[in-house]
Amino acid sequence: MHELALMVEVCHLAAAAAAAEGAQTIHRLHLRIGAQAGVDANALRAAFAVVSSDPTWSSTLLQLDVVPTRCFCSNCAHAFHPDDVIHACPDCGALSSPLLAGRELELVALEVS
Amino acid sequence: MCGHCGCSQTVAPRLVELHTGLLSRNQQQAERNRAHFQAHGLLVVNLLSAPGSGKTAVLERLAGLWRQPPIGVIVGDLATDNDARRLQAAGARAQQIRTGDLCHLDADLVDEAFAQLDHHNLNLLVIENVGNLVCPAAFDLGEQLRLAVLSVTEGEDKPLKYPALFRSADAVLINKLDVADAVGFQRSAALNHLQAIAPQARLFELSARTGQGFDALIAWLEEQHPLAAQHGQRR
Repeated sequence: MHELALMVEVCHLAAAAAAAEGAQTIHRLHLRIGAQAGVDANALRAAFAVVSSDPTWSSTLLQLDVVPTRCFCSNCAHAFHPDDVIHACPDCGALSSPLLAGRELELVALEVS
Repeated sequence: MCGHCGCSQTVAPRLVELHTGLLSRNQQQAERNRAHFQAHGLLVVNLLSAPGSGKTAVLERLAGLWRQPPIGVIVGDLATDNDARRLQAAGARAQQIRTGDLCHLDADLVDEAFAQLDHHNLNLLVIENVGNLVCPAAFDLGEQLRLAVLSVTEGEDKPLKYPALFRSADAVLINKLDVADAVGFQRSAALNHLQAIAPQARLFELSARTGQGFDALIAWLEEQHPLAAQHGQRR
């Protein structure tokens, strides 16, 4: 539900970075969003559609990569992709495995000119 | 077209690597808040739940029972100041943040509210977040502890539906125990779900209406206080 606020922040960060580079145009915004980050990729795309009605962003392409959840089981000493919200280890059933990936909320890069 | 002078020369786009966290500005402010709260000797709690779980009622009860009153409360609400007035009537020092359409509090809003709150001689500050189990989970406010409230009227599987919030909680308060039988609350199912999703969280079963269970919560909060170790040495 806060995807619009996040996208406004993305545009703020991107505009500042582009200005620091002396760039005039932002061609591409590359974001990485973890599956556990509490945001919905489709809602982010919808939010970008709203934000990009501003002429500054009208020619900018949004590249959105969703990072799947990956956990680590300390009993079995191996990483796994959980298939439910409980994140139980598929081999030993242990709970509370720390997340290795899936919490990302990152502006990775811009393509500018 | 070249963007600088309008000539017809094409400028190839170039890649600028950033790797910036989208919440990095909030995170920086949260760290400043945390340092600020520590300098004031405050235990700061971020209280989260769905709308109607009884966050404000829990704080009204806590305000009356806290051994070194008053407690401070920063309370987020979309449109009204009803909660702040209720908390002031219960003896808390309360500062309202009217969030408008925002679905969560952020570290900037908390910083502004803290400046407006009379925080002289407080030792416990609770930030009552906007009632929402999704968005507030992502925003660090500079708190020391996160408490999630789950009321018995909400359904035992709430932790499974909103795992991110419960997974981030230091403690879960199961509220409205006084009506648990009337609504057919299945305690063991709720505890199993919490154990599966949030095994790290301390569990307190209580009723804001009757005061049941608050002794254990208060004792635990006192243990968590940043000055608790010093107090222990003095005794």
